[in-house]
Amino acid sequence: MPIQILMPALSPTMEEGTLAKWLVKEGDEVRSGDLIAEIETDKATMELEAIEEGTVGKLLVAEGTEGVPVNDPIAVILEEGEDASAADNLSAPTPEPKSDAKKSAAGDAKPALEKPAAKPEKSTPASKPARAGERVFASPLAKRIAQDKGIDLSSITGSGPRGRIVKADVEGAPKAAPRGKGKPQAPLGSIDARAFYEEGSYNEIPLNSMRKTIARRLTQSKQEIPHYYLTIDCVLDELLKVRKHLNEEGAEQGIKLSVNDFIVRASALALKKVPAANVSFTDDALLQHHHSDVGIAVALEGGLITPIIRRAEEKGLAEISAEAKSLAARARDKKLSPAEFEGGSFSVSNLGMFGIKNFTAVINPPQAAIMAVGAGEPRPIIVNGEVKAATVMTVTLSCDHRAIDGALGAQLLAAFKSYIEYPPSMLL
Amino acid sequence: MAEKSYDVVVIGSGPGGYVAAIRAAQLGLKAAVVERSEIGGICLNWGCIPTKALLRSAEIYHNMQRAEEFGLKVDGISFDGTKIVERSRAVAGQLSKGVQFLLKKNKVDVIVGNGSLVGKGKVNVETDGKVSEVFAKNIILATGARARVLPGLEPDGETIWSYREAMVPKSIPKSVLVIGSGAIGIEFASFYKTFGAEVTVVEMLDRVLPVEDEEISAFAAKAFKKQGMALLTGAKVTDLKKTKSGVTATIDVGGKTQTVKAEKVISAVGITGNIEDIGLEAAGVKTDRGHVTVNEWCETCVPGVYAIGDLVGPPWLAHKASHEGVMVAERIAGEKTVHPTDASNIPGCTYCHPQVASVGMTEARAKEQGHDVKVGRFPFIGNGKAIALGEPEGLIKTVFDAETGELLGAHMVGAEVTELIQGYTIARQLETTEADLMATVFPHPTLSEMMHESVLDAFGRALHI
Repeated sequence: MPIQILMPALSPTMEEGTLAKWLVKEGDEVRSGDLIAEIETDKATMELEAIEEGTVGKLLVAEGTEGVPVNDPIAVILEEGEDASAADNLSAPTPEPKSDAKKSAAGDAKPALEKPAAKPEKSTPASKPARAGERVFASPLAKRIAQDKGIDLSSITGSGPRGRIVKADVEGAPKAAPRGKGKPQAPLGSIDARAFYEEGSYNEIPLNSMRKTIARRLTQSKQEIPHYYLTIDCVLDELLKVRKHLNEEGAEQGIKLSVNDFIVRASALALKKVPAANVSFTDDALLQHHHSDVGIAVALEGGLITPIIRRAEEKGLAEISAEAKSLAARARDKKLSPAEFEGGSFSVSNLGMFGIKNFTAVINPPQAAIMAVGAGEPRPIIVNGEVKAATVMTVTLSCDHRAIDGALGAQLLAAFKSYIEYPPSMLL
Repeated sequence: MAEKSYDVVVIGSGPGGYVAAIRAAQLGLKAAVVERSEIGGICLNWGCIPTKALLRSAEIYHNMQRAEEFGLKVDGISFDGTKIVERSRAVAGQLSKGVQFLLKKNKVDVIVGNGSLVGKGKVNVETDGKVSEVFAKNIILATGARARVLPGLEPDGETIWSYREAMVPKSIPKSVLVIGSGAIGIEFASFYKTFGAEVTVVEMLDRVLPVEDEEISAFAAKAFKKQGMALLTGAKVTDLKKTKSGVTATIDVGGKTQTVKAEKVISAVGITGNIEDIGLEAAGVKTDRGHVTVNEWCETCVPGVYAIGDLVGPPWLAHKASHEGVMVAERIAGEKTVHPTDASNIPGCTYCHPQVASVGMTEARAKEQGHDVKVGRFPFIGNGKAIALGEPEGLIKTVFDAETGELLGAHMVGAEVTELIQGYTIARQLETTEADLMATVFPHPTLSEMMHESVLDAFGRALHI
């Protein structure tokens, strides 16, 4: 029986991919572990490995085909003794990969790749066993009213003893968004902009999958996440002094710390200090993360990506610096694995190097906050009633109000500021 | 007296005031109470406690009269009214000392005298004509209330009594006219009836115990009538003439005039807050119809001045005052998990015979509020323990919201229901639904099993009826 190779789900959010390049041709023998194709996902280019042994019987999808749905067959491997005609009996690939090809793939043949099957993003938390310990405290009456009205208890802040959700909290609470319907596909643009411009007055640059992903995810973020913004100024003089000193001392070992490395560490420590802000929002629970996984927005040609420094609260400045450099370099080469950019609990987006004074960033779901960092620049400040010159950086925190309320966001930002303004506190 | 300053000064040492002071002291605040009379206030000295002592004597006397039912023989049953009153006073005295000890233990200063507000943060205490100043960051007014006096019904200490005289009778009168059938009126009616007085109760509204659920009210009225009490509802005393042997009252009962002669009259027509002479005007504290105006946190319109208990209005209950006292003390101390008192979770108890207790909404009130209700009832006659106790008269009624299963109210009449109501109060406070109450195991044999059965009955699942 020939084995179908299906379009793999290389990340939890991947829905379709581009078959960038075939690394084998029909008739080639493959062994488990051999690279057979390059798949371009919304965020990176991944290599696809063979799991079964055999001969490549047929390549079902042409090189360069975009929008191949996850789990669609892309190739057929023949086992020993089978000939190419066996492959012909298999259902022909859908000529238009973008049409609803999932139906033909669903059910027939087990996935050839034993990579974790993609799950709709939203359905995962409901079945996660990790939720077992995360009990929502609510009175029986509040639970029943919530159930009857379809209210999501985890989205409600309790006003009863020790934050218990009581009747008064669920009365008048908004209904939960319908679940299990899959994520709404945000239209990329409701009105075709071409209508406004004379043909020939512009070049059309097709959207690559990264651009599409950015468009979809950020539109979704802005539509679904109630953003609010907190801005604070941080005096950098102390930090710059420390940085200069450390870089001089560490020059021999090749240590070159950036202001951003300090920002990542300060963010990680602030999240540790204010754990209630280190969260992700789901329909039925807040996920309070055990570690500060801080994403760094990296601009790429044609897009951006946010690789993550895991457990950043446990890492020193030198380690953060080295890891950030390596992640950024591999991001530019599109060589990141999904594990390196999926998830995270917080992001830092720094446009200081472009002289931007202050801006607001769009939250990168499933995270609940992102910090937009402006340039450190000389500004007059008032100390004890006297005007002084200082290097000041303005940062703006965007928070998901479903998960982080204003005062909590402010606490996080205050903690960040205290670390940044007095770097020795990061040693504690 | 030298000047003193405190974090909290409480004016009045009743169940609101002394509890507020103790809680404040527990939270590390320097606290004092100003008391013009007895420590413990009316509740402890002239209210809840001494009347319970009197009613206990009545209960035992009543049971002695029933001795034969239980196979007991008692000859020459009689009572000594003086001793009954003495015991009641001794009980009050013991508890007042207890409160004094508690205040001392918690390092709460007791300042004897009439306290009054003098602007912000200052209280004047007048003792035997001398005035001393006490400074306080926070002042809690807890001066309580007193019997409301209707024109023509002014207590004279001889023929016309307020609760105060009614509590210390020199002897049991042959006949008593009780005006007002709230908790105070009905408890005295019950007490004097048990000791053989002819009792007539006059109630302006159409039923006795008018705040209770109608069904419970009717059940109690039936029991009172069976005991021989005369209940005149929808009635009003239009004239009261003092005679040599007591009074002759002209009473309008639903348009018909009736004359009742009685040796004593007990006026129990409600209470009014003690708002006078405590410096409210000087400090700018607002009042409304005899009570200090406060918000849900018992804050008056003057920052740093709080008012609690009977002084701020109904329900006039000691436990409400205590609860508010704790809440205010905790707010002052900056405790984070403080909640305003939810009036619908304050139980009420009346210690007449049979006892009456309730929490939450009556059936009628629930319907008025637009609830689709499910009502459960269970009679004492269906309960083993009630039969064994020889107390087969009573009813436990529960009112649920049909849609949500919320226990909207519980209403009881019968033996020991004042001790049972707390179960439903906890249920309400925790917002349990019928499912939790049904799933609860009630011990057998107890009166509390009826609480379970009443819930089951509301959903057509009662087992023993």
